[in-house]
Amino acid sequence: MPLLEVKNLKTYFDTSSGEYKAVDGAGFELDYGEALGLVGESGCGKTTCALSIAKLLPKEGRVAGGEILMEGIDILKLSDDEIRAKRWKEVSIIFQGAMNALNPVMMVGDQIAEAIVLHEKVRREEALRRAGDLFELVEMPRKRIVNYPHEFSGGMKQRAMIAMALACNPKIVIGDEPTTALDVMVQAQILNLLEKLRHELNMGLILITHDLSILGETCDKIAVMYGGKVVETGTVKDIFEHTAHPYTERLISCFPNISKGKVIPEGIKGTPPNMFDPPAGCSFHPRCHMAKEVCRYMEPDAEKISEKHLSACHFFREVMNGE
Amino acid sequence: MHWSLRKKRILKFLFAVRKNKMALTGAVVLAAFILIAIFGPVFMPFSTLDFGEVEDILNPPSPKHLLGTDDMGRDVLANLISGARISLMIGGVATAISMGIGTLIGIVSGYFGKAVDNALMRFTDFFLVIPWLPLMMVLAAILGTSLWNIIFVIGITGWAGTARVVRSQTLSVKERQYVERAISVGAGSGHIMARHILPNVFPLVFANTVLVAAVAIVSETTLSFLGLGDPTTASWGMMLHYAFESGSTSAGAYWYYLPPGICVVLVVLSFTLLGYAFDEIMNPKLRKR
Repeated sequence: MPLLEVKNLKTYFDTSSGEYKAVDGAGFELDYGEALGLVGESGCGKTTCALSIAKLLPKEGRVAGGEILMEGIDILKLSDDEIRAKRWKEVSIIFQGAMNALNPVMMVGDQIAEAIVLHEKVRREEALRRAGDLFELVEMPRKRIVNYPHEFSGGMKQRAMIAMALACNPKIVIGDEPTTALDVMVQAQILNLLEKLRHELNMGLILITHDLSILGETCDKIAVMYGGKVVETGTVKDIFEHTAHPYTERLISCFPNISKGKVIPEGIKGTPPNMFDPPAGCSFHPRCHMAKEVCRYMEPDAEKISEKHLSACHFFREVMNGE
Repeated sequence: MHWSLRKKRILKFLFAVRKNKMALTGAVVLAAFILIAIFGPVFMPFSTLDFGEVEDILNPPSPKHLLGTDDMGRDVLANLISGARISLMIGGVATAISMGIGTLIGIVSGYFGKAVDNALMRFTDFFLVIPWLPLMMVLAAILGTSLWNIIFVIGITGWAGTARVVRSQTLSVKERQYVERAISVGAGSGHIMARHILPNVFPLVFANTVLVAAVAIVSETTLSFLGLGDPTTASWGMMLHYAFESGSTSAGAYWYYLPPGICVVLVVLSFTLLGYAFDEIMNPKLRKR
């Protein structure tokens, strides 16, 4: 049984201008000790997907369909109290923008201890001691737990957020763009740390990012999202070397390749679909250079290319053959 | 380890107070009054119950009675000193009640929003717009004139402004990402209000406390002067009341009515100075460059 199985997840937001289909039929799997990368443009539903798994959607959002199975249990059927107890012990999140996720008037150690005290019946001293252990785990000196957030650098704050995510030994950690605001050196350090911890602690890691180059190094599997759907999923090798979806192809070509000489990345023309009223058929067809008549009315099913490689494109064979 | 950090911060704050002339003046004057309130009575040659002979009534200042005597032949300085204790005590306790209510209502209102906010804020508006002096007078008259009733009356009428200020700050703080993070970690509303919001609105509460204390002392003086004070205690307000009643103003007995008046003004002024200075120290936007 996989650690996490998301099937046909639909998460909608009820807004004053109608129903916003942020996630509209996304699915993927995650195993123990495995790292999955979720990529896609801004607004394609990556973060909403993660928030649905952690059941942290804002009040306007609701899961309208699908299943999220965690070790075989559908967490969508659990009550709020059950979720509150489970969250952080089962799933935790490394928040986007660690700079703002720490309370400026509380010691960092206390904020990590807070997570422990809220979930386990331990005293503050014991929780602080464990916060110190966690600091060592994320390679920071344990004496820094008494510092306040403004006394930390950006990378250190991010490490503290990772320590907090690991506080209750979760099985799944979701990193929502954990390195976005950091410089490349620190970014590499943080990613290496996450990579190391995932193997050491045998936890499932979901990395959300729009930077494909990060995923190639840190993840086992990649799920490419577009318009609230997972359009292609597979191992890193599948995605980069046997690309089977025009969107993935374009996404990859957006990153300059050192070995290919001086090429200006093209980008993808057009804008992501309006999810109040997504286009009929394949949601990528208005921007797709390969779109044919069939793409306009028929939504492609996810086709199995190999055991782990799936693509939702009518012409995945043509894409793979480089036509 | 935590303590040494905290000590460093407190020292830093005290240093900022020392550099600020307004704060320094306020702090020195206030400290003097607090010391007088605590230790003054020990050094007094007269008790407030030392009624003199007939010839001691309304005597001007003399070496024996430094500030003269009142209409009952008592030493004015002795009354003044014991009044310091009562006035400061009433001011302090009433302020604590006010700040408690104001902070609680402000945070709860701001945090929960919607119907709770609406209900609490309309209640606050009521206290904010109703003329406080008549309200206090009516309450004091209904409850009867005892020391604790006066404290209670001042306490429950002075919190509205604080509640407003705390609410607006809470509205801003509760939207910060660390509050969202705390919720996702599994913190309940009580925990978030106590551990995340309160410390963040505290500087505001602190600066407000000092200003509310000034108002509380004026209120006490006013109520007592109008005859709604506790007749068995000798606060500055009661002194002014008796001075006025005994006709000392028309008799020209300035030594009877001036000292308590000056004391009230000095204490209120020092509180106000401190309040503005704290605001300046804790709000970097007001700091001079």
